[in-house]
Amino acid sequence: MQTLFEPADPQVAKELAEKVNRLADRCREKTGELPAFMEVCGSHTMALARTGVKLILKGHVRMISGPGCPVCVTDQKQIDAMIELAESEERIVCTFGDMMRVPGSKRSLLSAKTEGRDVRIVYSPLDAVRIAEENPDKEVVFLGVGFETTVPVLAAALQLANEKQVANFSMWTQAKLVQPVLRTLLSVKKVKINGFLLPGHVSIVLGAKAYQFLVDDYRMPGVISGFEPVEMLSAIYQLLQMTLEGRPAILNNYKSVVRTDGNEAARNMMFRYFEPADAAWRGMGIIPQSGLAIRREYSRFDAKKKFHIHVGQPKKTRCRCGDMICGLAAPDECILFGKACTPLHPVGPCMVSTEGSCAAHYAYLREEG
Amino acid sequence: MCVGVPAKVIKKKDYTALVDVMGTRMEVGILFVPEVQTGEYVIVHAGQGMSIVDRDFARASINEWEKMAHANVI
Repeated sequence: MQTLFEPADPQVAKELAEKVNRLADRCREKTGELPAFMEVCGSHTMALARTGVKLILKGHVRMISGPGCPVCVTDQKQIDAMIELAESEERIVCTFGDMMRVPGSKRSLLSAKTEGRDVRIVYSPLDAVRIAEENPDKEVVFLGVGFETTVPVLAAALQLANEKQVANFSMWTQAKLVQPVLRTLLSVKKVKINGFLLPGHVSIVLGAKAYQFLVDDYRMPGVISGFEPVEMLSAIYQLLQMTLEGRPAILNNYKSVVRTDGNEAARNMMFRYFEPADAAWRGMGIIPQSGLAIRREYSRFDAKKKFHIHVGQPKKTRCRCGDMICGLAAPDECILFGKACTPLHPVGPCMVSTEGSCAAHYAYLREEG
Repeated sequence: MCVGVPAKVIKKKDYTALVDVMGTRMEVGILFVPEVQTGEYVIVHAGQGMSIVDRDFARASINEWEKMAHANVI
């Protein structure tokens, strides 16, 4: 088996956890409040729960899930529209696996597939371009949901389709940007936190310096972290140190993968095919310039312009996913959690997604009565 | 969906590379890491290499975490 490097000694994680809790208790003594940090990335949400880190820190540090699960932050009306796309027998809908079970107002992509619609899971959007070439008599639509890590890859698929003149390929995009939503959480939603555990893989593209605005405009510390227990614990330790000293900064605790300037080639590709646009977020409404739309010169690949999909207003449920992704509610504060809403019968996307806070809480943190 | 996995580059072509992910071999794009060399690791997301892993930093980080774990917290 190939491994990247020898993993850190588990004893180190154990000792780090003890240090974190002791430092957190000092913070609490000083401020009178439990220190609270938001993990922006959905993969962190799942990793904190799965590895037991969140449980170890319970009562010392409050980790709050943020808006980092692309499926969870997608507005319900857009979810419904994407499912509606699959209703036509003239279309093949390709998607990342995470979208399959997300509940629409009427049904999910999975139920559309079981009823005979052509919905396919692909690993890469470039596979969808190949499927379009193999099926010239069908329209192939890729559902492009993601943040800055994914958008350059979406752009690569548009480039391939453009180069090969694949006229029956298009993309329905729900591309989101991290910086505008963090600003919204701090200035509009007034989320009460002491700092951010910043995403590992989005930062590959953005670079560490992209978060300096958190310090300059909000005096808020942030640490970019990997996903192993020692990586997350050491990042939380650094956040606590900065909180205690009152000296916020952006630290890169994932230097093996994230560079200060990010990946310029990926960013260039992203902006060659996409441009900033207003975007609707679940629970937050429209955030100006917080999304990306396919540039006008490539609109022939824009499924939103190619197909006229009309969906009604989504039905209201008591699901609190919208509050969850803003850090305003925890999964067990939702009346549906574990009762009407379970992984087998999800009501909201946070229970479906592999990065959803409810799915993480249900699998690893639930107290079974 | 921002999941990334480390993969070792086995063979490099123009815009793609054959990589090994814990014993599984697959073809990935290297559009965003064209300078990657055979034997290096990349973080792969949705079929594209996104970042070359700096193994010196990886080792240095482990040393830093160990120091942190052994630090005195009063």
